[in-house]
Amino acid sequence: MIEVEALSVDFGETRAVDRVSFRVASGEAFGIVGESGSGKSTVLRALSGLKRSWSGRITIEGVPQGPVRSREFHRRLQMVFQDPYASLHPRQTVDRALAEPLRIHGIDGHERRISRTLREVGLGPEHRFRYPHQLSGGQRQRVAIARALILEPTILLLDEPTSALDVSVQAEILNLLQHIRRERGLTYILVSHNLAVVAHLCARVAVMNRGRFVEELDVASLRAHRTQEPYTAQLLRASEGYDRQAAEALVTYD
Amino acid sequence: MTSEAIAPRGWHAWLTADAPDSRLHARLVRLYGTARIFARNPLALVGVAIVVLLVAMALAAPWLAHGVPSAQDLARRLRPPSAASWFGTDELGRDIYTRILYGARITLGIVALVVVIVAPVGLLVGCVAGYLGGFVDTALMRVTDIFLAFPRLILALAFVAALGPGIENAVIAISLTAWPPYARIARAETLLLRESDFISAARLLGAGWSRIVFLHVMPLCLASVIVRVTLDMAGIILTAAGLGFLGLGAQPPSPEWGAMISAGRKFVLDQWWVAAFPGLAICTVSLGFNLLGDGLRDVLDPKQR
Amino acid sequence: MSAPLLDVADLRVSFRTPRGVLEAVRGVNFAMRREKLGIVGESGSGKTLTGRSILRLLPPGAELKARRLDFDGVDLLAATPARLRNLRGRRLAMVMQDPKFSLNPVMAVGDQIAEAYLAHSRATRGEARDKALAMLEAVRIREPRRVYALYPHEVSGGMGQRIMIAMMLAPDPDLLVADEPTSALDVTVQMQVLAILDDLVSERGMGLVFISHDLTLVASFCDRVLVMYGGRVVETLDARELGRAQHPYTRGLMACLPQLGGGEGDLPVLSRDPAWLEAP
Repeated sequence: MIEVEALSVDFGETRAVDRVSFRVASGEAFGIVGESGSGKSTVLRALSGLKRSWSGRITIEGVPQGPVRSREFHRRLQMVFQDPYASLHPRQTVDRALAEPLRIHGIDGHERRISRTLREVGLGPEHRFRYPHQLSGGQRQRVAIARALILEPTILLLDEPTSALDVSVQAEILNLLQHIRRERGLTYILVSHNLAVVAHLCARVAVMNRGRFVEELDVASLRAHRTQEPYTAQLLRASEGYDRQAAEALVTYD
Repeated sequence: MTSEAIAPRGWHAWLTADAPDSRLHARLVRLYGTARIFARNPLALVGVAIVVLLVAMALAAPWLAHGVPSAQDLARRLRPPSAASWFGTDELGRDIYTRILYGARITLGIVALVVVIVAPVGLLVGCVAGYLGGFVDTALMRVTDIFLAFPRLILALAFVAALGPGIENAVIAISLTAWPPYARIARAETLLLRESDFISAARLLGAGWSRIVFLHVMPLCLASVIVRVTLDMAGIILTAAGLGFLGLGAQPPSPEWGAMISAGRKFVLDQWWVAAFPGLAICTVSLGFNLLGDGLRDVLDPKQR
Repeated sequence: MSAPLLDVADLRVSFRTPRGVLEAVRGVNFAMRREKLGIVGESGSGKTLTGRSILRLLPPGAELKARRLDFDGVDLLAATPARLRNLRGRRLAMVMQDPKFSLNPVMAVGDQIAEAYLAHSRATRGEARDKALAMLEAVRIREPRRVYALYPHEVSGGMGQRIMIAMMLAPDPDLLVADEPTSALDVTVQMQVLAILDDLVSERGMGLVFISHDLTLVASFCDRVLVMYGGRVVETLDARELGRAQHPYTRGLMACLPQLGGGEGDLPVLSRDPAWLEAP
């Protein structure tokens, strides 16, 4: 479904992504875990076409991709961003934001599609004509998910979708994402710094550090602490809460 | 939807509805909210009042005036303000009050024409340059710099010297030098907005650059441009008056306020009213636009929302 | 039992908004010794305002009321602005979330630490400089002389936060209020900064108020935990007892966290009982 070979992305002199390769099968949920600056979000940006200068090979649904994506591509692949406030246009109502993709692609039946998608993400008609500043963080993220779904894509890229949300809201959004994937048979690539979130939604995980994939493993092994790389083990230990001895043993992998 | 027969309290409830039922409703709710915040600023309301007064004067001139602005009565030249002529008469016996009323039309016309030319052009150039970047940005910004380099009054003089005096040419001259700052403002805002997630989301949806610039970016730059335009109004009015004063704008017997001051120069010591009232009118209107602009900035400034 | 370091009774913070009075903190009670006290809550729970109330550093328009707000015997409610200024920095310190926003961008970081020290002691400039270098060492910065001359934009997030801690701890305060001090940091850096904080707090016998949204972190780092919801403290417990929490909100909050050891089924969703907003 998605094949990435030797993907490298540079920002001027800095190499943000260094020869990353991975494959995601259709209907699979693949996670990329890393700390800030690891390059995980950049991988998504290159995959989605937002970042145009990259080297390597990206093949999506059998079609090799170039720097610029076709309009058809955008109907197959969509993305949900981290900051729910920043990802919605502040002067557009929910209705307008959801109608926009339909307009761009010349799809009609706006009324039907918008109300159905809103229902699917757990929002009601009372939210339809509100502005983003009138919605809570969780509600805004639901709108962002609805916008991504309304074109009926097959692949969803998720860039830290719950990092900016309260813990209780995070649980609701994670459940929603789980349901949607099962019901629509979507392929996910989830990027997060939170191991528990990634382990919850995904079947396989890649650990990323300083632009490179350090290790790729399935979630069952992760849960059982069957890791091979010390960096992964360190990440695991650090995500289990504060421990004085563990903190001493931490090394900053530069 | 509600009908006309709703009582005042019903209107208020409709305009502050928490869950609007259509896009128009949502827009009106937002507008109402903004208007209420605006109305809390007393100086801004004064500004609105003055501007509204200007418009009212211009529109209702034929009914409010005492006759025709060009009606001369040499027997009653240079009369001080009295019950018959509220602002006195000028050197040709024309009623100054009437001339000020009709002069409001000219002032309003100049202001409207300049805004209609300058704001859209500035917005367009700035937003396109800011969003596309690269060669387009460089080219457009150099053009902007060229126009920015021209001193406004001198360019107006040159224009008028070439094309002859008259209000239209004065307006063109002012517009040509007034648009670059708006392009700069729009470009600066666009550069910031360009990196936002919602713009990335729009690109991901397959929107082309023109759709993004016109439908997503420009509406957000509009607020800054509106505020700047309103604050520049005073300058534009003064420039037009200055041109009129120099005899390069409106031509006699047109009751343009600047020209009236110029004509009243000769009598300013003994018959102060001939120059003072048009001067006062210019001052008041400039002040009104400044207050309005300040009020708008407080309301439209995104940082305060 | 000796007098508590901090004694708060019936703390209330409210704001006047166009839509009426907003009560953000509605009767918070707690007392603490020289220990690590965690305050946990989601956004809107009032935890940040509670922390700021201790230093009386509330945003304009906020009204503070309390029956008692005592710091080591000093009545903070009755204190004059001059007395408060004297206390803040010297005996009461605060570290906030993002060092990007709390460090002066146009001043070298070492100078900022020195300045903080000078403001609250009668040291000379030279002594303050030495103290700043000593503090940089105390927060485990390996090359204190080199880092002293750096500007905030030249240091990483973790280092910036350690510099903030150095700055705040230079005058040797009695109580440190830390508002999400590690939330903007990577998880490994987080652990390192917390270890430093842990050591410094124990060495100096300071009290620490640790405000966070991360229940697991607070439970593993602090001695006692206050759980806040809707402006009130809904539960107070020892950090070790978190597994035996009584209040449904606390239990719900813990239950809805995705766990590494957990399954793949739906996460239990917190259903908010309006009764939690009422006083017990």
